[in-house]
Amino acid sequence: MLKYDVTVIGGGPSGLSAALSADRANAKTLLIEREASLGGILKQCIHDGFGLLRFGEKLSGPEYVYRDIKAVYETDIDVSLLTFVTKTEKTDDGFILHLVNRDGVTSVFTKTIVLCTGCRERTAKQVKIHGTRPAGVFTAGQAQNLVNLHGLMVTKKCVILGSGDIGLIMARRLTLEGAEVMGVYEIKSEPSGLSRNIAQCLNDFDIPLHLSTTVKRVYGHDRLEAVEVAKVDEKMNIIPGTEEIIPCDALILSVGLIPENEIAEDLGVTLDRFTKGPHTDNSFMTDVEGIFAAGNCLHVNDLVDYVSENGALAGKAAAEYVKKERKYAKITIDRTLGYIVPQEIDLTTDLSKVEMYFRSFSTVKNAVLEIKIDGNPFMEKKYMVVRPPEMEKLVLDLSSAGLTENSVISFGIVKKEGDING
Amino acid sequence: MVKEMTCIVCPNGCLLRVEQDGEEITVTGNTCKRGETFGKTELTNPMRTICSTVRTVFSDIEVVPVRVSAEIPKGMIFPVMEEINKVRLSERLGIGEKVIENVLGLNADVILTSNILKEEV
Repeated sequence: MLKYDVTVIGGGPSGLSAALSADRANAKTLLIEREASLGGILKQCIHDGFGLLRFGEKLSGPEYVYRDIKAVYETDIDVSLLTFVTKTEKTDDGFILHLVNRDGVTSVFTKTIVLCTGCRERTAKQVKIHGTRPAGVFTAGQAQNLVNLHGLMVTKKCVILGSGDIGLIMARRLTLEGAEVMGVYEIKSEPSGLSRNIAQCLNDFDIPLHLSTTVKRVYGHDRLEAVEVAKVDEKMNIIPGTEEIIPCDALILSVGLIPENEIAEDLGVTLDRFTKGPHTDNSFMTDVEGIFAAGNCLHVNDLVDYVSENGALAGKAAAEYVKKERKYAKITIDRTLGYIVPQEIDLTTDLSKVEMYFRSFSTVKNAVLEIKIDGNPFMEKKYMVVRPPEMEKLVLDLSSAGLTENSVISFGIVKKEGDING
Repeated sequence: MVKEMTCIVCPNGCLLRVEQDGEEITVTGNTCKRGETFGKTELTNPMRTICSTVRTVFSDIEVVPVRVSAEIPKGMIFPVMEEINKVRLSERLGIGEKVIENVLGLNADVILTSNILKEEV
């Protein structure tokens, strides 16, 4: 049986970075990808805007990921394409992974695993839309895959539900390819995507954005013929009498992403109820020793640059992993934060540069992030604005914070005092 | 004349206030130099990058992604799309290679953004 120090599951941006950094730390590394080529979702994200933080350049998705793919093939990393992990087993000193690929059924032993399984789109079944089940209801990623990788046009006239970035990007993409996008409908009172995507994907093409409006019902037998939209109140209940029928042949859904953690759950990894990803420490190790997680399976990021960075940290940590007694400090958030990653601090690690990611629960202008240790103020950070769609990254020096086992580091967002313009 | 706009240079998406007073254009609300440049060009001659795909003759890979190598005037987006849609690639070109040189005389090439045609699976 082949033996590895680190096995990375998933060949998207986080997996590529994790494998590269594990290899740089001299670990014998295996990278497993279920598709025929590396690159993950970026293969179909042909629009530009990736890499500004990491490379200082505005690259398209395939260009961004090509740099890491090329780097991986220049190393001794074993790459296994068209490979599925079908079963996992924990042993005393690591894990046995059962794989299926073109060579048949095989098994490998690995000391550590880095989960880089990404996220999946929420589908029509997960949002309450009534009516028939005609063809023509796509998730934005599905439509993007068909158009950008297979050259298949999915619609002539469509409605987009949800203002997530992929939905906005697809509104522009379908318009460029000659479709008529009737509008983007968002149930919330503010858009979920980045402001620049509202500007360059909708406003540039005069595509209307309808806030506090949702799709109530779909019509059509074999193919979608129309959708019924309606306004909602503050509690997101449909306001009777505001219904409107919009004829169209496709409904594109951009209604959220959920971290994919089937393998993690199989391995007994505990998931965080806020991120829906594994509960990890500051080395991005889960509560199962030797299993690490990075990228969008850990929490849904909005920039790939952070995904790559996070993958590199997890890959290095996996390569340097040794079994030992650990002591933890806890991290807690109040209702003002949507989530925070990681959820625990391993006090036996270097605490001088602890990387954390968080999202606010609601939009707050002139916000102050307050960090307390066992109830005592430790640090404050000011933000002009924090918004749920925009992830914030923090690098903390906790080495002289006096953390002891079972210390509690709490995070909360407050509005700056004295500000009334808000 | 005062115009408010969202800067599209980076994910921060600053809300810019661009004011024109005769020849002079002042930009406020930006948090970097690139935002100022964007505000000025956006008012006088808005420029955009476009990304799309071109068809190939190969049965294994039906389309490959492309983009323009430099920004083009916003008003030329659809004419450039028409040119891109005329292409039928018969050579297995690699990332960065030109598919259309100097498209419509706009001083921008249409280039491949993927190396997929050169990959062996």
